[in-house]
Amino acid sequence: MNHRPITEDDLHAYVDQALAPERRGEVAAYLDDHPEVAERITAFAGQRDLLRAALAPVAEEPLPAALNLAHIIESRRRRPSRFGWAIAAMLLLSIGGAGGWIMHGALQTSPGGLVALAQEATASYDVYAPDHVRPVEMRASDTAQLVQWVSGRLHQPVKVPDLATSGYRLMGGRLVATTHGPAAMFMYDDDHGSRIVVLTRPMNGTDEDAPMTPQAKGDVAGFAWADSGIGYSLVGQAPAESLRAVANEVRKQARAI
Amino acid sequence: MDDMLHQVEPLIPALRRYARALMRDRASADDLVQDCLERAVSRWYQRRDGEVRAWLFTILHNLAVSQFRKAASRGQHVAIDETNEGHFGEAAAQEQKLIYQDVLTKLARLPEDQRAVLLLVAVEDLSYADAAKVLGIPVGTVMSRLSRARERLRQEIEGGAAAPTNVVSMRSGK
Repeated sequence: MNHRPITEDDLHAYVDQALAPERRGEVAAYLDDHPEVAERITAFAGQRDLLRAALAPVAEEPLPAALNLAHIIESRRRRPSRFGWAIAAMLLLSIGGAGGWIMHGALQTSPGGLVALAQEATASYDVYAPDHVRPVEMRASDTAQLVQWVSGRLHQPVKVPDLATSGYRLMGGRLVATTHGPAAMFMYDDDHGSRIVVLTRPMNGTDEDAPMTPQAKGDVAGFAWADSGIGYSLVGQAPAESLRAVANEVRKQARAI
Repeated sequence: MDDMLHQVEPLIPALRRYARALMRDRASADDLVQDCLERAVSRWYQRRDGEVRAWLFTILHNLAVSQFRKAASRGQHVAIDETNEGHFGEAAAQEQKLIYQDVLTKLARLPEDQRAVLLLVAVEDLSYADAAKVLGIPVGTVMSRLSRARERLRQEIEGGAAAPTNVVSMRSGK
């Protein structure tokens, strides 16, 4: 039989019970043949047991009030946010499929309005959402700079929607080019890695105020709307009803400026 | 945030255990954990990787390290020899308690980086890869530190049998 040589790492993994059963057997056989090594390994295993036993009571102590996580979350939630809420938001959640948004409802007023906004959002989504290298230009950790950047370019105070309550966390964002000028794009994902994109820009005179309108193509659903001259679009692959809830949250936050 | 509550809350006892083993003082360890939890709450949605446990231990460990640095720059020692003995092993019998205190005292004599590796791997059951992530070092370095930590602790335990168990000479500064 040809065994791989036993390494020092194997011996530690043996102590830590981190070896696959087969390798564990090989190490055990080696220790049987090498009592002086076995003695050392037995000492290491003894240390491990002793440390675990000595520290176990700490983990059993009742948690003090200061470590009550629900309280910590609550006190954080009450902290006022530092920026005004004005968002241009398009949440695009889709897989490929070169576009063709079907807009239901009564808003086919002009190609410069919500229809165009939805198409731009789709295009951005198609380009950036499948990108595993750099889906966003500025990461969520640089949110303050991101907000400053896009607000400056859009000449509007832009605030990144917080979609935590909807289960989506911010990945980051970027400025994107559209035929109607710059737009801000924010990308989010959930615990399953599903991405959504929010795109927002000024409507420049068309569809300045438009109700939330569903859009759908295949398994991609989304919503677009405009409030006081700022357009928003949100799309994703999640069921339309759950995206509607996310879109409502975006709209609510945008209106709460 | 419910999601966070469910994922983080069960890990708090382990975070306390790690902090206590590093700081050896209940109050400062719990302060550290509280600080860690506050950061975790504020950064929850910026977390990129799936593994919550390694992420939390990373935050906690970094806080502990900066605490140690602050203490070192003030010329203070970590409060090893001011440990309130009642903090450890309250549930254990008296002699068992002495044995436990003894091993923790010896653990405290290890260099900080070796101590951290040993605790993360042997007590907190982190994989070698996760321990490497927490400490920001390659897995190979984890293994060599682990090896040194175990060897040194063994020498402490075997050679230190005659030494007094509850007096510690760990003062580094003055």
